Parts: sequence; structure tokens; C-alpha cells
Amino acid sequence: MSENNNEMIERYRGNFLREVEDNVEEGEWVKMCMQCGVCSGSCPLGPHWDFGPQTLFMMIRAGKRDEVLAAEGPWMCTSCYNCIVRCPRELPITHIMHGLAHYAVRMGLAPKNQPTRKFSDLFWKNLKADGRVNELRLGISLYFMHGFVDGIKTALKKAPLGLGMVRTKRMNPMEFFGGHKVRDRKGFHRMLEKAEEIESARIEKGPRPGAE
Amino acid sequence: MPKRQYSFYPGCSSQKGASASNYLTSVEAMCDELDVELNEIPDWNCCSASIGYCGGGELPRLALSARNIALSEEHNRGQDIVATCAACWLATRETKERLEEDDDLMRETNQALAEAGLVLENTTRIRHMVEVLIEDIGYEEMGRHVKKPLEGMKIAGYVGCQTNRPFGIEGESFENPMYLDKLTETLGAESVKDYDRKVSCCGGALAFSEPEKSQALIKEIIEAAYDGGADMIVTPCPVCQMNVEIYQDEINAKYGTRFDMPVAYYSTLMAVAYGKTPKQAGLDGHVIRAKKLEKIAGKG
Repeated sequence: MSENNNEMIERYRGNFLREVEDNVEEGEWVKMCMQCGVCSGSCPLGPHWDFGPQTLFMMIRAGKRDEVLAAEGPWMCTSCYNCIVRCPRELPITHIMHGLAHYAVRMGLAPKNQPTRKFSDLFWKNLKADGRVNELRLGISLYFMHGFVDGIKTALKKAPLGLGMVRTKRMNPMEFFGGHKVRDRKGFHRMLEKAEEIESARIEKGPRPGAE
Repeated sequence: MPKRQYSFYPGCSSQKGASASNYLTSVEAMCDELDVELNEIPDWNCCSASIGYCGGGELPRLALSARNIALSEEHNRGQDIVATCAACWLATRETKERLEEDDDLMRETNQALAEAGLVLENTTRIRHMVEVLIEDIGYEEMGRHVKKPLEGMKIAGYVGCQTNRPFGIEGESFENPMYLDKLTETLGAESVKDYDRKVSCCGGALAFSEPEKSQALIKEIIEAAYDGGADMIVTPCPVCQMNVEIYQDEINAKYGTRFDMPVAYYSTLMAVAYGKTPKQAGLDGHVIRAKKLEKIAGKG
């Protein structure tokens, strides 16, 4: 990951806006931000993040690469889409937040113990394994994401909640041993591998033609 | 053959033994009454909701939804895709639109799909069940099927985020959509007119990773329903339903509140009003029992 990071630093030489435009999902919209602040003011996690969308967009233009990619802000996106529908310039802000978070992981700079980063990673691995989310295994791996002892404590604390879900048949303990799966898992996995391969190649090969 | 046919994307949470299995139960009862047939997309996969982005880049995530659309175009040709889950609907429709706008992404997506022997034409409409109800069936017809009006009930319509933004329902505003209120009134109940948290966020997936921050948001949603005199909350979204229902004990322990507010789906209300049994309406799937609804459903 850090090789990737060094290569990008070398390639863009301080032009972080260009780097974002070329490599971050919907990143080409960032320059359209007019700094009105409606996005940050509309964010339900506003009291908790370090930098909200408005500030992150300004920091991208100011070349604050390390600060943006290490920020917690993008990881606190609940995907409520308030920012998108209220933005006067119709920037796809939610998607840019997801894109920044993903790119920060790709560069090896995302905050290490960020809980939503961990959950998002677990979620992706969970769905990738069988093509459908196994809620029970996802829940259990979530309890144990801060280690074994902490996991046992959390599991005990959450036991009443889990039992309620089992009682109402909204959780099935047997999912641990099997559960719902896509039948064509081979094709499913090949498809995802191909998509990952194409996307990585696009990022590695450098800017779009005519960009520089 | 039922009058209306749709290609159905149930999504992970609606599966047997999953967190919104009672949603599907009630949807089936509702569709039975309204002569709607849902043809499940064969071998559909997870859409990655809005939370798979740590490991999943843009193209792999688009490929997930593209696979479902391609399967639908192959097996349920000509039928609109209908999702009951807000996140499923959003991810699938977002994929359709992004691939319409970007020829490079469309070409790359089809390259990936070819590995699974699939081709995406991307000519299918992607709809939420609520759109089907409002646009294809209409309030009037929905009202005609009511056998047991939900009289004496006051219901807070919690629309939440992803059924409302960024796409929303045609003709409704993002800030104050009225369709859940209209629907509950169509079924004979009273709606909470000034439910100020109707489009507030419940934390979504962050209820798992940031429980304290999310539960603070959930608390406001429930409190506003009590302030409006609601007997229960109704929602179109499985994540909203789960988040607002199942953490009430934890919120009570932390904040000293005494919440005991049932949270149902629009389809639960409809199934009960249409005279289905409590089991058919999925009422046995509630952690906080919807006693008033049970009483209406239990009437002979």
C-alpha cells in the first residue's frame, strides 16, 4: 500500500486536487464546491467528526493530502444523503466521502482503529465470501473486532438483544455453520476479481489521457 | 395469473432467519391481496448497501448491482425490478444511473460481468415497493381492500433516509414527504401530523460501529413519536425498523427513558388492515409487540 502511496506522491507532486479528480470516486466534482457549508451543517454526525465535507473539500484544494486521507470525517458518513439533496451545486457528496475513505485505505493512510472502517471491512469480506451477507457471522465478528476478551464482554452484554432476535426468528444461530449463499459463487468471485483488477490497473496506469 | 408482475430483489435482510424476515412475510400478504406477483431474481447477490466501501472500490460495488440487473434482464425480461429494502433500491438505482452516464464504467462493468457469463443491457427500471403502491396501485385502490380499518390508532410515519434521499418518491419533498401519513390514513388510522423526526437519520450501519452516537439519534426519533401521541412508528426501511426497535432497552438503560414503542413496516399495517392473520402480517416478528395491531388482527 505504501509503495502505491509513494508513487502517487511522486506522480502528482503536491497537486492533490488533481490526484482526487483522477482517482477518487466522483472526485471530479470536488472543485465545484463553493464552500457554503450546507453539507456539514446537515450531517447527523456533525458533533463528532474532525472535518466535515465542506472542510475536506477546501483541504483537498489546499493540498492537505496527509490530513485529508487520515481524517475520520469520511468514515463517519451514515449515508443519509442529506448533504447530496441539499447541496446547491448538486455534488454527490455522500459518494465522494465513500470514495475518499476507500482511497485512504488504498494509500495505507486511513485511521487504523476507526470503528466504521473496521465494520465496513468486515461487511465487504462477509458479502464477498458467499455473495450474500451472513448477519450472524457479521455480528459476531463485529463483537470481536477489538480482540477476544472485549468480544466476550460485548457478546454477553448483547445477549438479551440477540435472544430477542432469535425468539422472533429474525436471527438464526445455524447461520454460523452455513447460511444463505449465491449458487454461482465461482462466477461471482471471478466477476469481482475482474472488477478489482480493472480498477487497480486504471489507478496504476496514471492520469486520464489529456489530463496532463 | 396475477394482474401485476415484477422482478423482485428481496435483499439479504429479508431472507429466512434474517433481521427483516418479517418484512417479507408482510409484503407477501399485502401483495396477495393486491394481486401483485413478485418474481424473485434468480441467484441475486448482496448490493453492499452503503457500507462496503472500505474493501470495495467503485467498480466492484457497481458490478454487484449490475449482476442483479443483468440476471433480472435475462430471467424476468421486461419486468421492472422492485426492492423492498431502501439500501437495495438505492444501490441498484444508483448503479443503473451511473452506468447510463459513464460509457467507460459501463464497458468495464460488462467486462467484469462477462466473467460470470452475464451481459448488462441496463434498460430496466429500478423501483421501490412504495413506488409500486403509490404509482401503479394508488391510494384509492389500496383503500378499497381495507377490511379492518386501523381505527383508534395514531401512527408516526418515519420515512428515514434512503427511501427519501437521494431519489425519493416522485411528487414528494425531501424535507417533508407525506406518503406514509396518507397511507396510514388510507388504512383508517390517524397520522402524527407534525412528526419532526420523520426524515432524520437513525445512524444506519453506524448503529453497529458507533452505537452511542447512533443511539443518541434513535432516541430523538422515538421521543418525537411519543411527543406526537403515537401508538407506534411505521417505516419503509429495514435498517430504520431494526435500529429504532431493537435498541430501546439499551437506550432506556443509558438515558433513563421508558421507551416501549412498536415499530412496524407499512406492509405490516396493510396486511392487518386487509384482514390477514397476525402471523401472515409478520406480527410475531416484533421484539416490541405491536399490541394494538395484534388486537385488530385478532378480531374475527
